[in-house]
Amino acid sequence: MKIHRIAAIVIRHLYLYKRSLPRLMEVFYWPFLDLVIWGFISIYLARFKGALPDFAAFLIGALILWDILFRSQQGLSVSFLEDMWARNLLNIFVSPISPVEYITSLMLVSIVKLLLAASVMVLFAWLFYSFNLFLIGLSLIPLILNLVVMGWTLGIVTMGLILRFGQEAEVLAWAVAFLFQPVSAVFYPVAVLPPFLQTIAGFIPSSHIFEGMRAVINSGGFPAHEIFWATGLNLIYIIGSFIFFHWNFGIVKKKGLLAKVGE
Amino acid sequence: MQINPIIEVSSLTKIFSGNKAVDNISFEVYQGEILGLLGPNGAGKTTTLQMLLGLTTPTSGDIRIFGLDISHHREKILQDVNFSSSYISMPYSLTIMENLIVFARLYGVKNPKEKIAGLLKDFEIEDIKDRVVRSLSTGQITRVCLVKALLNDPKILFLDEPTASLDPDIADKTRRLLKKIQKEKGLSILYTSHNMKEMEEMSDRIIFLDKGKIIAAGRPEEVLTKFKVENLEDVFIKIARGV
Repeated sequence: MKIHRIAAIVIRHLYLYKRSLPRLMEVFYWPFLDLVIWGFISIYLARFKGALPDFAAFLIGALILWDILFRSQQGLSVSFLEDMWARNLLNIFVSPISPVEYITSLMLVSIVKLLLAASVMVLFAWLFYSFNLFLIGLSLIPLILNLVVMGWTLGIVTMGLILRFGQEAEVLAWAVAFLFQPVSAVFYPVAVLPPFLQTIAGFIPSSHIFEGMRAVINSGGFPAHEIFWATGLNLIYIIGSFIFFHWNFGIVKKKGLLAKVGE
Repeated sequence: MQINPIIEVSSLTKIFSGNKAVDNISFEVYQGEILGLLGPNGAGKTTTLQMLLGLTTPTSGDIRIFGLDISHHREKILQDVNFSSSYISMPYSLTIMENLIVFARLYGVKNPKEKIAGLLKDFEIEDIKDRVVRSLSTGQITRVCLVKALLNDPKILFLDEPTASLDPDIADKTRRLLKKIQKEKGLSILYTSHNMKEMEEMSDRIIFLDKGKIIAAGRPEEVLTKFKVENLEDVFIKIARGV
């Protein structure tokens, strides 16, 4: 055992944290996120005590819908990473395919992945916990569509950041959705959040979707107000994400980074 | 042969953070010729190739391919162009055939299976077409990438050190094959390599780049005469050492 050799490897890993925001997030943000999420769930449970209506249904329904958002985002960004890891991006971008066509193809891939993952979750939620997601009824369609679109928005933004910042931004492919989880009010209502976070949540499409889901499970009916807000915000954000990607792609080409992505 | 310039580059400059990677270069590539781009590391060869492929935006200057501006007609130009490099690869979990089918679709190749089978045979890799890329040697991957580069019957082929990872025997076979295909199809090739013997053998004309500038251009024998040396390797060493 030589201390200097052990120290060398320790230093090698600590150097990484000096100028890497994603790695610093690993240390500070994710533990903070866990605390916040479980803290708000605890407040929610404590506030309603025993009178909480159908909490198991809320929780399982939220978990399945959250997974839809997560998978649709990953369907884009992880598929993109696969091309990057395989050193295949140059082959793609020297072909006549346009960035919009490339993104559209990854959106379709994400739908396939999503359908498979969601089928498994819905089936086992029914088998293990007698939870039937389809009891949400027709409202389920706009809720899911909105989650998919929000996932795509995050996926497109993530792809743009990975193109621009390379490996440093790779962690976002798995984590970006979770950045929005506390203000998405997935497992608790928006009302549990402090006022300033409630204001932020108002601008996050997923918070309206999960509020809508809880409203349907709680009292039935069509959550038109929530779906209207989620759809409006999603439209703005997805257009914004394409603009962001296009702008970023221009910078990447200007800086000559396209050939270096993944290095 | 040299009638129509198929690539016209004029006053091309690329500046990265104040450094001129490519400094006001102009050249043409004619239909059916092989133009070798040479120079030490950092000379601007790869940056020039990337600008010609539309991967990097020039700071100033013009690039016209088939008479069209690459910045406005990227899709149309790239349909008839292809690229290979020993530094790129393909998805590892897919077989050679699956990968090539994907690229055939990207370029809208008609009868893709026939086309692929013919090229695999030419490059002597038809017997491994069902193997996943992960299991291939670097040399085999390079040949798969060359097959990919010829799938769309390109009119222009950009090759960035295409034989860098091949053993001398396969490298020689690959050069001969490329030369044969180039002659048969009247293909224009822009070629970079650090193998000076290869450049002399392959190129109709060469351009020597150093610090982003063209310092010599012409037929290989013309460049040798200019530098009063017997082979391109000596030219390269003279330039690299600033002799």
